Amino acid sequence: MFAQQLLNGVTTGAVYALFALGFTIVFGTQRILNLAHGAVFMAGAFIGYFATQKGLTFVPAVLLAMAGSAVLACLVDLVAFRGLRASGQLEFGAIISSIGVALMITSVGQGVSGTRVLVYPFDFVPNLFFSVLGLRISLLQIITLASVAAILAVVVFLIYRTSLGRQIRAVAGNPRAATLLGVSPGAVYLIVFAISGALAGYAGVLIGLLFNTVHFMMGDPYLLKAFVVVVLGGLGSVYGAVVAGFLLGILQAFAIAYFSGSLADIIFYSLVFLILIIRPGGLFGNAASTVKVGRA
Amino acid sequence: MLEIGQLAASYGGIKALNGVSLSIRRGEIVAMIGPNGAGKSTLLNCISGVVRASGGSAVFNGVDISRMPAHRISRLGLLQVPEGRQILVDLTVEENLQLGFLALGSRASKLGLDDVFDLFPILRERRSQRAGDLSGGQQQMLAIGRALVGNPDLLLLDEPSLGLSPLITDQVFGALKSLNSSGLTILVVEQNALRALGSTQRAYILERGRIALEGDSAELLNDRRVVEHYLGSTTS
Repeated sequence: MFAQQLLNGVTTGAVYALFALGFTIVFGTQRILNLAHGAVFMAGAFIGYFATQKGLTFVPAVLLAMAGSAVLACLVDLVAFRGLRASGQLEFGAIISSIGVALMITSVGQGVSGTRVLVYPFDFVPNLFFSVLGLRISLLQIITLASVAAILAVVVFLIYRTSLGRQIRAVAGNPRAATLLGVSPGAVYLIVFAISGALAGYAGVLIGLLFNTVHFMMGDPYLLKAFVVVVLGGLGSVYGAVVAGFLLGILQAFAIAYFSGSLADIIFYSLVFLILIIRPGGLFGNAASTVKVGRA
Repeated sequence: MLEIGQLAASYGGIKALNGVSLSIRRGEIVAMIGPNGAGKSTLLNCISGVVRASGGSAVFNGVDISRMPAHRISRLGLLQVPEGRQILVDLTVEENLQLGFLALGSRASKLGLDDVFDLFPILRERRSQRAGDLSGGQQQMLAIGRALVGNPDLLLLDEPSLGLSPLITDQVFGALKSLNSSGLTILVVEQNALRALGSTQRAYILERGRIALEGDSAELLNDRRVVEHYLGSTTS
């Protein structure tokens, strides 16, 4: 029972981590709270759904959802943030403009789905179960865990080991110094949004599959969760978002299993408050700053 | 190599540059001195494209750079070592230097990491340390090294001696002179007029956004107006 709940929690936590990571890298590089992140997540789930309606199998549908969400996130950057960035009113303006863009995307989702709850086809991911060490694990869980682990590894490698990652961290730390070195901040911001969107899009498909529901309002609760996860991990911290994402998933699973579903949030938020009292900067907020994408 | 004509710019609502003209020829090392708030940094940032000029012209190697974004100007080989170093504190020393190669764009590389480490051996020792943990002098060396790997055609330096001890300042200016004798063109902005005039061939004096005086550095060192205004109270 314990191990089974742990597995379920880790699976959901993996998706939270994926979603929160996209949210935190945008904040870490640009100090933007991108409140359209949940809408991009919803759009990813929708694109995945309509891809299945056209007969696409799992992998191409996921790739299409990620690509579509990446493009959408770039559009969000261009429409909601680029102008504000030029005017120097980004930090607060971004909150309002991203809410606006989120409403637009959500309205499109509402129109397209006719407010219906959509469900991925039953055998989209074959409904197989395996027994490993007495645990019951589904093919979907295996796919989720393996793919999220791979994606997290790729993102961390990209940020900390490549020239692109150095450019991203340079723009995060000191945009003006970065331009003097030949880095184009506009291009870096777009790339960060593309990565963030692709992560959100895939998270959308996974949540749609794990909970068997795709709905135009599905982004809001996850946006709130991502916000808490990112604050808990330390705003802008890559590792913090991942750790806190898994923590939320696991806590939620245990809370539901041992207490009741309605207690899950109470337990989680109490823990968040407790951690923030002890570490106001979040779990990774005051750790060595090399774990950050951006500024403190 | 660099031709600036009647450059004007405002910074924070104040007219910081009021028609500045200057020219720099290949192989020169030129100083720009002047009091605080004369517009020296604004001038460099205008040339680098970080601050937009409101009028005038800037031509670098025959290319009009007055409307070009800053990162493209850097990639042409016009590199600036900004005031206060502006190193990327959260990246390692080596990562800072690796970023410097970006400015090469499609141009050929000339100096590698090892050349920078030979010029500033302390950076080799600290290569995997966080750049923010370096001392001020080491950060200045890193900032210069980071610009050098981008193979600058013209190197702009903004107050390289700021906050450095006289000994370290000697080292930095020594490195600049040897870089210049190996062919690098340099424009250095300095508060420390004696040091600047003593290390350069030519100099401009900027006052209230205008060029007040220009000439050979050696002659300016003996010019009565310069001595009175800039050298009298300067210690080095």
